[in-house]
Amino acid sequence: MAVNSTLVCIAVLLATSMLAIIVHKARLGTRIIYVCVIAACLIILGVAVFRLLGSPGSAATVTLPIGLPWIGARFRVDALTAFFQIVINLGGTAASLYALGYGEHEEAPGRVLPFYPAFLAGMNLVLVADDAFSYLIAWEFMSLSSWALVVAHHRDGENTRAGYIYILMASFGTLALLLAFGLLAGPGGSYGFGEIRSAQRADWLPGLVLILVLIGTGSKAGLAPLHVWLPLAHPAAPSHVSALMSGVMTKVAVYGFIRIAFDLLGPPAWWWSIVVLALGSATAVLGVLFAILQRDLKRLLAYSTVENVGIIFIGLGLALAFKANGMTAASALAFTAALFHVLNHSFFKSLLFFGSGAVLTATGERDIEKLGGLIHPMPQTAFAFLGGCLAISALPPLNGFVSEWLLFQAILLSPDLPQWGLKLMVPAAGAMLALGAALSAACFVRCFGITFLGRPRSSEAAAARETDSFSRSGMFLLLAACLLAGLLPGLVIDAIAPVVQAHIGGRMPAQAAIAWLSIVPIAESRSSYNGLLVFLFIGLSTIFAVQIIHRFASNALRRGPAWDCGFPNSDPATQYTADSFAQPVRRVFSDVFQARETVDMPAPGDPRPARLDIKLRDLIWDAFYAPIGRWIAYAAEKLNHLQFLTIRRYLSLVFGALVALLLMVAIWP
Amino acid sequence: MVLVLILAPLLLGFTRKVKARMLRRQGPPLLQPYRDLLRLSRKEVVLAENASWLFRSAPYMIFATTWVAAALVPTFATGLHFSWTADLIAITALLGSARLFLALVGMDVGTSFGGIGSSREMMFASLAEPAMIMIVFTVALVAGSTQLSYVANFMLTHASLRVSLGMALIALIIVALAENARIPVDNPATHLELTMVHEAMVLEYSGRHLAVIEMASALKLLLYISLIVCIFFPWGIAPLGAAPSAYLPGLATYLGKLMVGGFLLVLFETSIAKMRVFRVPEFLGTALMLGLLGTLLLFVSRSF
Repeated sequence: MAVNSTLVCIAVLLATSMLAIIVHKARLGTRIIYVCVIAACLIILGVAVFRLLGSPGSAATVTLPIGLPWIGARFRVDALTAFFQIVINLGGTAASLYALGYGEHEEAPGRVLPFYPAFLAGMNLVLVADDAFSYLIAWEFMSLSSWALVVAHHRDGENTRAGYIYILMASFGTLALLLAFGLLAGPGGSYGFGEIRSAQRADWLPGLVLILVLIGTGSKAGLAPLHVWLPLAHPAAPSHVSALMSGVMTKVAVYGFIRIAFDLLGPPAWWWSIVVLALGSATAVLGVLFAILQRDLKRLLAYSTVENVGIIFIGLGLALAFKANGMTAASALAFTAALFHVLNHSFFKSLLFFGSGAVLTATGERDIEKLGGLIHPMPQTAFAFLGGCLAISALPPLNGFVSEWLLFQAILLSPDLPQWGLKLMVPAAGAMLALGAALSAACFVRCFGITFLGRPRSSEAAAARETDSFSRSGMFLLLAACLLAGLLPGLVIDAIAPVVQAHIGGRMPAQAAIAWLSIVPIAESRSSYNGLLVFLFIGLSTIFAVQIIHRFASNALRRGPAWDCGFPNSDPATQYTADSFAQPVRRVFSDVFQARETVDMPAPGDPRPARLDIKLRDLIWDAFYAPIGRWIAYAAEKLNHLQFLTIRRYLSLVFGALVALLLMVAIWP
Repeated sequence: MVLVLILAPLLLGFTRKVKARMLRRQGPPLLQPYRDLLRLSRKEVVLAENASWLFRSAPYMIFATTWVAAALVPTFATGLHFSWTADLIAITALLGSARLFLALVGMDVGTSFGGIGSSREMMFASLAEPAMIMIVFTVALVAGSTQLSYVANFMLTHASLRVSLGMALIALIIVALAENARIPVDNPATHLELTMVHEAMVLEYSGRHLAVIEMASALKLLLYISLIVCIFFPWGIAPLGAAPSAYLPGLATYLGKLMVGGFLLVLFETSIAKMRVFRVPEFLGTALMLGLLGTLLLFVSRSF
């Protein structure tokens, strides 16, 4: 039932995509398409919620007579699928709701509307696929439809470059996944996930598959050093698609990793977790450090996505480490934390991208150096954006804090791990996690402060207007989700429990029964947290303070010019800029950025303006991609000769290749 | 909760008085901070022309989050009623919320001083907060809990000298100095433009708003001293499940410990010069490294 209804909804999404080709020019075309998408997403969402809460343990399967002839196309819905269906379709619903307003401003709807439902259909199809062939088809479908959305505004040179790098990285990732599935299926070609799950494998094979899967899903999720495409491609798409790509598509990649590493590969080896933890912590810190320096609002958010993917992978790495050592309770805690963060990040990152879209519509600017003071014309957007900033900075009582808190609790359990490598790795990962959280607070103070506070830095920012009501309701829907998940984390943890049970073999203690809706990961004497009470306490003390002050203190209020130590200057250019805000962090972490500052100070009497030039280099680009690019160019140059051979030489080349292949087949057992 | 509210300005007055005496000055009376707060709250608020709703509501948010955090730290007795609401990590994060609002309002009016203050504060915080988390890790690994009441109880019953705890104590003192904008990181008494960090952010505040913010920073100082006292020197605190009669000596020793803490703070402040801004990251980096080292030692062996 669950699978069938999901498949029908996916078919509806695909049909909507066809419909969009016809109606995109009509006056109500945009509205019709997005309403259809909302309906389809809501149905999948409803079925998934029902499934996760109702009959979590069982799995339903359906086989369709398409795909590979000997197995058909298999589809399956289990608890993990249902959880990710919730994440994706909640994001999809919010994004479509937002797009009901935002999409009206689209100048070329014909380039966005047909691909948007297809993109959602692709993501949903990845989740339900139950054999390697349909999985890869769905994965590629998702990549290509999102690529089409990235290059929707193709006249901008930046966007075409972003699209080019994106499609390169996506194909590379799929190649790695293809090889991984090839190794998993073995020479017999048993591509069904059921056969893969029960197959016996050589000892060396799972490790190799894990590395391939990390490359394949990591390149989609934005794991360093495979993240380079992400900050280019995500901002290039229209904002509601950026929200989907950052908030949701990276989660599909996380799903892929979990499906293979926790489900198909069988029991993990302990060294896997070292690899995952190292990559995760490097990603988390690099992502946020680069986010702090960005001037482009959407690129900043995309780098912050890289950071959050790192956090999720730290959680998954910890879960692998505990699972490999048979520490089920700790593993369940880390896995829950990772899944909780998946949910949280999809909420607040979509919310922040919606906000950036609203700013973009209102001012036409993505460069935060040209914004400022938007809190006055756009109070509601500012409020929602502020909520998103608080949530992503991991501050109580919102949801981002809960998942990081659970992660910290999991780290505190890790001294019991027997391996020395892990004993040294885990505290380092913990420090990186804490550093990432603190830096992301700095990053979002800068982001919100420069964009919404202060005085307008350009005439466009001064003339901004509040965004439409559909966009605002999209944002407030997600803000409410952030708040609810932060206040009632116990309910979320209990909802995730069947997923954890299925893939770890144990679960966190049931939270629903604990008094006052607290969450207690292990035991009350160890740690507990109650978001609801923290929220109530803060609320009550605020009310108390306001009451006292307004009762006993003077109520007089006068507006006057800013004091600014006696030197107020009305020129908005005297404000602190985004670059100057980031300067201390740039100085402190100058080794990471390889920042070079040159000051050109004219001599006294010289009317030339002074200049400060800052050159930033991306270490990863220099260390990995530039050499690879040079190497490929060199190889292409050399191979170029092969284009100009005579027919005899070509024939002998073909013959030689044939002989070599036959020899290989003969020698290979 | 009310106790910390009453004590906080007194502690501030005490430190000011002691500092003045050390510098051979007469110093303001002990109760001066209360008078300052009253005076401020009676004055009218002068709001900058382009101040937003955030600017007017943030002082209350800052005060409320700091107050909740302060109320969650055991002062003279463990076993507070709602101590299980939030643990040490949550208290750190609550202070983080307060700081975030403070940094935001620094940028609200759009002056250069506000921006410089926010930027520097966030830089300090981005090192102080991980240091704090590492300290929490060290303490939690020793005590087997992140819940402050349990930590205090553990320290009370299993007191022993440990290398890791010593490191955590030094690191926590460094973090406390930085978080409370004390010398050598910031100077609470300065109004010299380029040296301000905390003062630069609240520059545009006046009247009742300023009073609320001043109160919040006084609370924060009290919170950190209470935290150090409660984790590392819990002697005399009324243990879990003690009769109310044990509260009185607990209170007396707590007040004594606060005085000692305030005195040591002033002694340290008067004997050291303020650092250049870009020396501060090294100073805080020391705290972070000490915290990390303490945690690593405990991962290597529980007996350190």
